[in-house]
Amino acid sequence: MQMADAPYRFPDPSGHFGPYGGVFVAETLIPALDELRAAYEACRDDPAFIAEFEYELKHYVGRPSPIYHARRWSDLLGGAQIYLKREDLNHTGAHKVNNCIGQAMVARRMGKPRVIAETGAGQHGVATATVAARYGMECVVYMGSEDVRRQAANVYRMKLLGATVVPVESGSKTLKDALNEAMRDWVTNVHNTFYIIGTVAGPHPYPLMVRDFQTVIGKECLLQMPEMTGRQPDCVIACVGGGSNAMGIFHPYIDMPDVRLIGVEAAGEGMESGRHAASLTAGKPGVLHGNRTYLLQDDDGQIIETHSISAGLDYPGVGPEHAWLKDSGRAEYVTVTDQEALKAFHDLCRLEGIIPALESSHALAYAARLAPTLPKDKILLVNLSGRGDKDMHTVAEKSGIQF
Amino acid sequence: MSKIQSTFQRLQATGRRALIPFITAGDPAPELTVPLMNALVEGGADIIELGVPFSDPMADGPTIQRASERALANGMTLRRVLDTVREFRTGNAETPVVLMGYANPIEAMGVERFVSAAREAQIDGVLIVDYPPEECESFARAAKDAGLDPIFLLAPTSTEQRFRDVARVGSGYIYYVSLKGVTGAATLDFDEVAARIPQIRAQVGMPVGVGFGIRDAESARRIGEVADAVVIGSRIIEEIERSPRDRLAANVIAFLREIRTALDQIEGGVR
Repeated sequence: MQMADAPYRFPDPSGHFGPYGGVFVAETLIPALDELRAAYEACRDDPAFIAEFEYELKHYVGRPSPIYHARRWSDLLGGAQIYLKREDLNHTGAHKVNNCIGQAMVARRMGKPRVIAETGAGQHGVATATVAARYGMECVVYMGSEDVRRQAANVYRMKLLGATVVPVESGSKTLKDALNEAMRDWVTNVHNTFYIIGTVAGPHPYPLMVRDFQTVIGKECLLQMPEMTGRQPDCVIACVGGGSNAMGIFHPYIDMPDVRLIGVEAAGEGMESGRHAASLTAGKPGVLHGNRTYLLQDDDGQIIETHSISAGLDYPGVGPEHAWLKDSGRAEYVTVTDQEALKAFHDLCRLEGIIPALESSHALAYAARLAPTLPKDKILLVNLSGRGDKDMHTVAEKSGIQF
Repeated sequence: MSKIQSTFQRLQATGRRALIPFITAGDPAPELTVPLMNALVEGGADIIELGVPFSDPMADGPTIQRASERALANGMTLRRVLDTVREFRTGNAETPVVLMGYANPIEAMGVERFVSAAREAQIDGVLIVDYPPEECESFARAAKDAGLDPIFLLAPTSTEQRFRDVARVGSGYIYYVSLKGVTGAATLDFDEVAARIPQIRAQVGMPVGVGFGIRDAESARRIGEVADAVVIGSRIIEEIERSPRDRLAANVIAFLREIRTALDQIEGGVR
């Protein structure tokens, strides 16, 4: 495998990925971020921390997650072979838990007994509540009231796990508003509170820290793909909302220029409809939630409401490292509509006996578009970032079925 | 010398404190912003902080967020905020106006365009909440070149290194956030403020205004005893929210006058 001439080294020490990333927060949060950065840097270099993290991933999460050759689906599509990285088999059913364990461990080292989180669909909230229960920490999850209504089962899950769920009534009552509210809690309670951000966005060091905890996905693939296929894949495909599952699987492949990295954004009801969540494809650089990145915004710089059938992709920004990978040309970003994602969802259910999350279905849909254009000996590796049990209600509704 | 600096110099010469009220442009209606700014001056404002509404005001509490949402629903934009100040200037050339808001609307307009439009509208200072000194050296330089004072926040948790960073890039005055949390929060630690302000003033070499948590004449007087300026935001927004349109200006004037009177009773002398 060919390696890049100069190794990829981002972010820089101040948290920038080229012009993106950074620390765009009010002064009140600066000391909290300084404290977090120092604590995380110490953990990052500590073999005991790394060993504990690996132990937790193995025994609590169930890692390594397998890679599965979707042979029937590949045959039907008639082109490249599709392999699935099975993050859906993790404890709590998605990749989110990798990051939550890492951050909860940092919180423990910092002596913070209370964790808070924002959540959209509820997956990151459930993962945070799970880990908080596991470590005996107080847990408060902020969730837009619109999402609380749409995701009642996940709200109940978080409560079962002992978390307090706070519905957020401001703004569009969705993920970005939950994030605003969590930031406010943090700035008020920073003496005893650790904010577990669920994706590779937010002020430095979050994009770096979350990526580090998620790169276990890609590192496992580096070992597993040669075992299964004798070589690394031709393309790595992952869905991108905030972008943590994509960064986790992309990052170890960045220095291998022969491996195409493809991020799939939500085109919602179609790019031309304006009702989508494709920040990298249709947004402009700006500043939100502590970092500079691509944002869906109007001409006045106000953040606009997004749409996707998948709540986990329904976010107007994206992690700053994706912005950099896009501009530098190392990764490609494409879009998939609600309808295409739903078709991939049903195909995987029927052909492979796997119910994928609607988020991951976007990556699957792009693989299904790409595979038939390539010869049969090409290999596509898709990050199946989560399972679809949480989406039963949404999919049933689309099919006109009432429970 | 900027208009903000000369305002502080004039007040200090007579031992008075600056009163800096905040309102959000476009709240409760775009056509009421200039009358409200005039009411603030009539109530005793020395400097006006005019909020530029933003869809995601992360550092603000619910009161100012509501004001922001009302303003955006009324069609307020950064361009219209600049027009509003231009209109205010036709009747008031003296009172310094500071725009306070978030980075994204400014970046969407473009820093150079914003800075020249702000100068043309005779705006005196800018406080961008999510531009800490380390992320806005070029913006602060562009602002200064255009005669705008870039104003920065300091907090109870800020280190002396932060004081130096702010002293390097900022000018005009320091906005000291008197408590942890967001705008409009309740509790204020007077002893903490009293201990910190002299340190900051000495190290930064700028007047220090204190905001967050000042809600009445008594808290304003106690803060005024140690600070150069008192900033009041959420409490005025609440006054605006509960006033019928025909009483809006009168209620805001009456509220500010109480604060003004309390500040003018301070036996401060020349500092």
